[in-house]
Amino acid sequence: MTTISRWRALTHHHLFWPVAVLIALLLVNVPFTPDFFSINMTDGHLYGSLVSIVLFGSPLILVAVGMTLVIATGGIDLSVGAVVAITGALTCSYISDQADQNTLSAVFLAMGIGLVAAVVCGLWNGFLVARMGIQPIIATLIIMVAGRGVAQLITDGQIITVNSEPYKLIGGGYWLTLPFSVFVVAAVVAVTVALTRRTALGLLVESVGGNAEASRLVGIRSTRIKIMVYMFCALCAGIAGLMISSNTSAADGNNAGLWIELDAILAVVIGGTSLLGGRFSIGGTVVGALVIQTLTTTIYTIGVPTQTNLVFKAAVVIVVCLLQSPKFRAKVFGAKGPQGPRQGAAPVEPAPAADAAPKMEVSR
Amino acid sequence: MAEPQPVLEMTGIVKEFPGVRALSGVDFRLFPGEIHALMGENGAGKSTLIKVLTGVYSLDGGTITLDGESVRFGSPLQAQQAGISTVYQEVNLCPNLSVAENIFIGREPTRAGRIQWKRMRKEAAELVDRLGLDIDVAAPLSSYPLAVQQLVAIVRSVGTGDRDGAGFGTKVLVLDEPTSSLDRDEVLELFRLMRQLRDEGVAILFVSHFLDQIYEVCDRMTVLRNGTLVGEHLVRDLDQVGLIELMIGKALDQLEELHEHQMRSDVGETLVKAEGLGRTGGIAPFDLEINKGEVLGLAGLLGSGRTELARLLFGADQPDSGKVTIGGKQVSMSAPNDAIAAGVAFCSENRKSEGLVPDLTVRENIILALQAARGWTRPIPASQRDELVAAYIKALDIRPADPEARVGRLSGGNQQKVLLARWLITQPKLLILDEPTRGIDIGAKTEIQKLVVSLSEDGMSVLYIAAELEEVLRLSHTIGVLRDRRLVARLTNGPEITTSKILETIASGEHQ
Repeated sequence: MTTISRWRALTHHHLFWPVAVLIALLLVNVPFTPDFFSINMTDGHLYGSLVSIVLFGSPLILVAVGMTLVIATGGIDLSVGAVVAITGALTCSYISDQADQNTLSAVFLAMGIGLVAAVVCGLWNGFLVARMGIQPIIATLIIMVAGRGVAQLITDGQIITVNSEPYKLIGGGYWLTLPFSVFVVAAVVAVTVALTRRTALGLLVESVGGNAEASRLVGIRSTRIKIMVYMFCALCAGIAGLMISSNTSAADGNNAGLWIELDAILAVVIGGTSLLGGRFSIGGTVVGALVIQTLTTTIYTIGVPTQTNLVFKAAVVIVVCLLQSPKFRAKVFGAKGPQGPRQGAAPVEPAPAADAAPKMEVSR
Repeated sequence: MAEPQPVLEMTGIVKEFPGVRALSGVDFRLFPGEIHALMGENGAGKSTLIKVLTGVYSLDGGTITLDGESVRFGSPLQAQQAGISTVYQEVNLCPNLSVAENIFIGREPTRAGRIQWKRMRKEAAELVDRLGLDIDVAAPLSSYPLAVQQLVAIVRSVGTGDRDGAGFGTKVLVLDEPTSSLDRDEVLELFRLMRQLRDEGVAILFVSHFLDQIYEVCDRMTVLRNGTLVGEHLVRDLDQVGLIELMIGKALDQLEELHEHQMRSDVGETLVKAEGLGRTGGIAPFDLEINKGEVLGLAGLLGSGRTELARLLFGADQPDSGKVTIGGKQVSMSAPNDAIAAGVAFCSENRKSEGLVPDLTVRENIILALQAARGWTRPIPASQRDELVAAYIKALDIRPADPEARVGRLSGGNQQKVLLARWLITQPKLLILDEPTRGIDIGAKTEIQKLVVSLSEDGMSVLYIAAELEEVLRLSHTIGVLRDRRLVARLTNGPEITTSKILETIASGEHQ
C-alpha cells in the first residue's frame, strides 16, 4: 500500500513525465552507442555524450528559461532567435574592430553592448505588449522578422569571425573540467529561481497570467511586470547569443539562433508550463530543454536521415505532449491505472486512475 | 376587445438543468403588433424562456405554437428560419464589414454563385430608408456608434426573408436588454423603431431592467418568478409597485418584519466623500458620503447601477466626472492602485473572473493584495506570511484549512472567504462587498454577515451590495437606493425603514 501511494505521489509530481521521457530518450541511444553514458577525461576536460548534450543545449536552456516567464504571464516571445543574432553580431563586430582582440576589457565592453541591445529589444517587446496592448505573438513577430535584418546590417551581410581567447571561453571554453557554459547556465537558472521565488515576482507573474482582470483589481502593476519579464527574456536570449557566437567564433546574422524560439516554446510546454499562462516551473523548463537537445542528439546517433529528422522530432514531441495530457492518459491507462505496479492488489488499482486526471491537470 | 390570434403561444414550458428546474410549466403568448415585456428578478427564468424560444435550449416539456403550427427548434438557425429573430445586448455583427454586408450576411442576393453587390446595397438602402433610419449602408459598421450598430442588428433580423417589400420575414423579434448601454436619445430612437415595427405587425418581446422603459414602450407584460408564471397583464393595468410585488412575490406590507436595530448612531467622521462622480453608460453623477464605521447598503434592482457605483469608488472603471476624497485627501481614481493605497478594498460580485486566481493556492490568493501593495521586491517574510494566512483561515473558518489547496477547487462560500481574507489582511478603511453572499450556502452567508457587523463595530466602513433587501436592511446604517442607474435616495436606517419602504422608493424613483 505504501509503495503504491509513494508511486502515486511520484507519478503525480509535475516533473515526472518530462524526466521519464528524458531518461527514455537517453536509454534509446545505448543500443546505437554502447558507451553513451561513459565520460572520459582528456586534457583535463570531461568528454562524453552527456557533456555534449549539456554543452550544446546551454543556449536553448537559457532562452527557454526566459521564455517560461513570458509564457507564464500569458504571452509569448517569438523574437528570441533574432535577439540571439543581434547580440552575437554586435558583440563580434565590436571585438573584430579591436586591434588586440584578447583585451579583457574590450571583450567585456563588447558583451555589454550586445546585452544592452538585447535588453532594448525586450523593452520594445514589453512596451508593445503591455503598454500598447498588442497581442504578444504579433508584437514579438516584429523583431523576429526585422531583427535578422538588423543583424545583417550590423555585419554588413557578412559572417564576422573573431579570434579572441577570452571571448571563446563563454561558449567553447572549459573551467574546472567542465564546459564553461554549464556554469553560465547554472548561474542564470539560479538567479532566475531566486528572482522569482525569493522575491514576490513569481507570484505576481503567475497571478497576472492566471487571471489578468483579478490582478488589476488587486492592484498589481501588471504593465510593469510584463515589461520586466520581456526584458528578462531578451537578456537570456542575449546571453545565449553570446554563447552561440563564442562557440563558433563567428557571428552569422542569418543562421545564429534560427528557430530557437520554437524549440524554446516546446521546452517550456514539455516542462509543464501552460501556454495559457499562470503556474510556471523553471525546473520543468530545464528538463524540457534537455529533452529537446537529447532528441536532436539522438536523431543523429540513431542515424535518422537529416532530410527527415524534423519529422522524427515532431513525432516525439507529439508523444510527450500526449503523455502530459490528463485526458489522453485517462483514455489509454484509464482502466488499468497509470502504468501501475503489477504487484498491487487488483481492487486498489482503479483508484489512482480515477483521480489521476484532476491531480495532474493542476500541474499541467 | 376582440382578441386576435396570438402569433406565438408557449404552453406548459418545462426546462430542467441538473438539479434545477429552471422553468416549470410556464405559459406565454405573444400577439402580432404588440411590444411585450418579460419581467422577473434575476434567476426568475427570463433568459431560459428566451433561449427555449429561440432554439438555444431544447424543451423538456410543453409546446410551442407559431402561427397555429406546432414547432420545435433544434437550433437558433431553425428558429430564425421560422421567423423568430433575436438581438442581444452585445452586437453580434462584423464591425469591419459595411452596413449592407452586415444586413445581408449569410443570405446575400446571388446570381450564378456571384454576389450581386449593387442589388444588395440597393435593397439594404431601401430597407433602412423604409424604417426611417439615416444610415449610409456602404459605410463600415464600425464607423457608427454602438447604438446605431444595435439598430442595424435589428434591421438585419427583421429583414430576414423580406422578398415582396411588404411586411417582414420576422414574425417575432426578441430584444434582450438592448438598452443597457445606450443613452437617453439613443433609447428614444430605438423605441421609435420598435413602435414602427410593432405598427407594421411584428410581435416584439422586450427584456429590460429599466422599469421606466417598460412603462414607456410596452403594451403588455408577463411576469415570472422562480421559473413559474406569475401573471400576464396589460401595462396600463398594473402600476410599478404592483409589478415589483409580483416580481418579488410578497405584498409590500407583508414584508414588514421585526428586525432589531442595535445600530449605533455614533458613526464617526466622514471617511469617503464622492462629489458628482459619474460615468456615461455606467451611472449618473452622484454625491455620496460614507462615515467611519458606517455600513452603507445599496438597494436597487439588478442593473440599477449598484455595481457600477462601487466600481467607480474603487477606480475599477474610470469616472467621467466628479472627484473622490478619502480621509480628507483627494484620490485620483485612475486605477485601482490609487484606491487601494487610500485604503479601499473591493470584493467583486464575479468571484471567479474578477476575484480569485483559481490556479494559485489559498495562501497565494490571500496574500495577493498585500503583496501587490508592497511591490515584488519586498516579499512578505515566510514566517509572517504563514502566520497571517493561518490566522485568517482560522478566523474565517476557511475549509479545507489547507493553505496549499488550490482555490479553484474550494466551494463558493470558501472562495468568498478567501477573497475577504485577501482584503482584510490589508486592513482597509473602506471595504466594498458586491454580492458577497450570492451563490453560497446559508451557513457561510450568516458568517459573512456577522463579520460585516463586527468589522463595522471595529471602525471599518463597509459598502454593502446585495440583491436581498432583508440583508441590506439588517446590516446597514444607511441605505442608498438606486434606480435606472441613478442614486435616487438615501435613507437612514431606523424602525420606520422596512423592505416595503425601500421597494416603494425604488418604484417611485423619487428624488430625495
